[in-house]
Amino acid sequence: MRRRGWLKRWIVPFALCLTLSACGGSNNEGGASPSSPEPSSPPASPSATASASGEASPPASESGGAVKVGIIHSLSGTMAISEVSVRDAELLAIEELNAKGGVLGKKIEPVVEDGASDWPTFAEKARKLLSEDKVATVFGGWTSASRKAMLPVFEELNGLLWYPVQYEGMEMSPNIFYTGATTNQQIVPAVDWLLENKGKKVYLLGSDYVFPQTANKIIKAQLKAKGGELAGEEYTPLGHTDYSTIIAKIQAAKPDVVFNTLNGDSNVAFFKQLKDAGISSKDLTTLSVSIAEEEARGIGPEFLAGHLVAWNYYQTTDTPENKTFVDSFKKKYGADRVTDDPIEAGYVAVYLWAAAAEKAGSFDVAKVKEAAKGIEFNAPEGKVTIDGDNQHIYKTVRIGELQADGQIKELWNSGSPVKPDPYLKTYDWAAGLGG
Amino acid sequence: MALWLTQLFNGLSVSSILLLIALGLAITFGLMRVINMAHGEFIMIGAYSAYLVQKIFQSSLPQGWFDAYYPLALLLAFALAFAIGLLLETALIRFLYGRPLDSLLATWGVGLVLQQLARTIFGAPNVGVTSPSWLDGGLRIMTGVVFPYKRLFILALVALVLLAMYLYIYRSDAGRRMRAVMQNRDMAACLGISTRRVDAVTFAIGSGIAGVAGCALTLIGPIGPTIGTNYIVDAFMVVVLGGVGKLIGTAAGALGIGMLNTLFEWGSTASLGKVLVFLCIVAFLQWKPMGLFAVRSRSLDG
Repeated sequence: MRRRGWLKRWIVPFALCLTLSACGGSNNEGGASPSSPEPSSPPASPSATASASGEASPPASESGGAVKVGIIHSLSGTMAISEVSVRDAELLAIEELNAKGGVLGKKIEPVVEDGASDWPTFAEKARKLLSEDKVATVFGGWTSASRKAMLPVFEELNGLLWYPVQYEGMEMSPNIFYTGATTNQQIVPAVDWLLENKGKKVYLLGSDYVFPQTANKIIKAQLKAKGGELAGEEYTPLGHTDYSTIIAKIQAAKPDVVFNTLNGDSNVAFFKQLKDAGISSKDLTTLSVSIAEEEARGIGPEFLAGHLVAWNYYQTTDTPENKTFVDSFKKKYGADRVTDDPIEAGYVAVYLWAAAAEKAGSFDVAKVKEAAKGIEFNAPEGKVTIDGDNQHIYKTVRIGELQADGQIKELWNSGSPVKPDPYLKTYDWAAGLGG
Repeated sequence: MALWLTQLFNGLSVSSILLLIALGLAITFGLMRVINMAHGEFIMIGAYSAYLVQKIFQSSLPQGWFDAYYPLALLLAFALAFAIGLLLETALIRFLYGRPLDSLLATWGVGLVLQQLARTIFGAPNVGVTSPSWLDGGLRIMTGVVFPYKRLFILALVALVLLAMYLYIYRSDAGRRMRAVMQNRDMAACLGISTRRVDAVTFAIGSGIAGVAGCALTLIGPIGPTIGTNYIVDAFMVVVLGGVGKLIGTAAGALGIGMLNTLFEWGSTASLGKVLVFLCIVAFLQWKPMGLFAVRSRSLDG
């Protein structure tokens, strides 16, 4: 009998632990890296159109000569693999701004929280940042799940979140600025490019959760409208590591292109096993939307050479701003580190917020949001502009080819920044997709 | 025909990988009854050993020697995982024998600590391991049917590890002592066997084999702080299905799950395939709760 009671006492915490770990185990959407913060010099100036108008009634976020901002990323758990580097980039931007005197004459003081790859934790920490630390704004999140968890908190407490990762679109919160690409700045143009250059028969392969499924729903509508052909559609559980059967299925379907929305570890297994099966990028074109420079390092560039990706920024993107950005990132965090799209988007977010606050002359959320409309910034990826209507930003689309050294060579770009359209309203074929 | 051959080979290959990750657990959980949630992290240790050895070869040895790194990595993976297993047993596990739930929580905690440790040492992102060039490519059976050398290598490695374990457990003196202790601890102690030492070595061997598995998995899978979590559920599934405490059962369990998984995945989707496999296992365990091969031993009653 004594044993019974003892058993009961332990089973509850264990079940709890399992639930937590199960949640933590899901959702990788791309990637990034480790950290060792050290002070650095101030390069890369924001050429934002800012005009101070000074009336700032001091909110609680300003204590003395500093203004607090929140940073919330997973620094532990499965998503740490990606989010740690974004935090690094955000801290770098803050440091650079501080070296130039901060924002509205105040030093920026980052309050870093660990979302621990656990979505309820993100919501809880966001609430803490807003109601206890009274931060002026928050930068953070990676997975759509973490963003969806934080969204109600930001709307309830009227906070401001800058979300730096490409995502599946179909969202427009008045309290979130989206600095990553929405679908019409990454997936839609990538599919168009593939249909034009690589062939009509497309195989969709993705991890089994919201982003790939939403993305593929859009792609299927697009294929139908543009005369493409769906060769097959396959989802694998997150963390799936054996792709032999999937590869056999792809071989049987003989597609022109595999559109890959796999995430995290699965990409490593897929590309390693694809090469082992004797299939190179010459035999089969794949285009991935979750593999950037950071992931390429972890997969092993030799497995990826010749495969395609679609993003808005590469480390090799040729702008003067990018040169300074890459130099200072490497200087601060180590020469072996790489920059990639979400890292850059996190960096840009900080500058955009600072520019908006300068223009508003205040840290007040409503004023900053109003001032943010139409703000331009010469980002490492080129000129970006905040769209006043949907709080996404104009971004240039780039298709690239992975090289044997892990860098990405740009094959095509959209020429000019593309207007964000999270609900794909300007695309006839997308009618009925929105929710 | 070509497809069937490919799928048959894939099934065999998946089975061999499952068996490899489950063999270590067949010892720590199967024989010793420690619900070892840190098993996945020993796999991770093995994977990072491969990465370390590769780094050393790249940085300080001539280019031409690079291909020789892999056998060395296998050895180091075993040695390192063995050593850490020994340490863990001495410092923690030995206080928890006969308390399965405590050992479950404790080893789970150890797993988290090891994950974070790897993250601190090697960084959070995955690392890349270049496989030796003699494992590149594959055996071409006929048009459209290629058996990758890496998968063949893993098949051979599993056969070798299985053979070595068989010889150790059933044909050596140390193995006889091990079996004696696991089957009837008190009687073994009475006969003068140092059960403490046998426990420690047994646990360390189980950990070491997990390390070898990790090193082999670098050939086909990711290498990162959390890779253990990708495999731990499969490993337990194989051991439980096979029948706790029987090596042959573990092998049969792996073969069954691997073949079924490949078949279902081909017929449906990867997610649904996994669900179907789980359903089959649950149904089977309802019918035969002890697994494929039940052990008849008094120690199980106690």
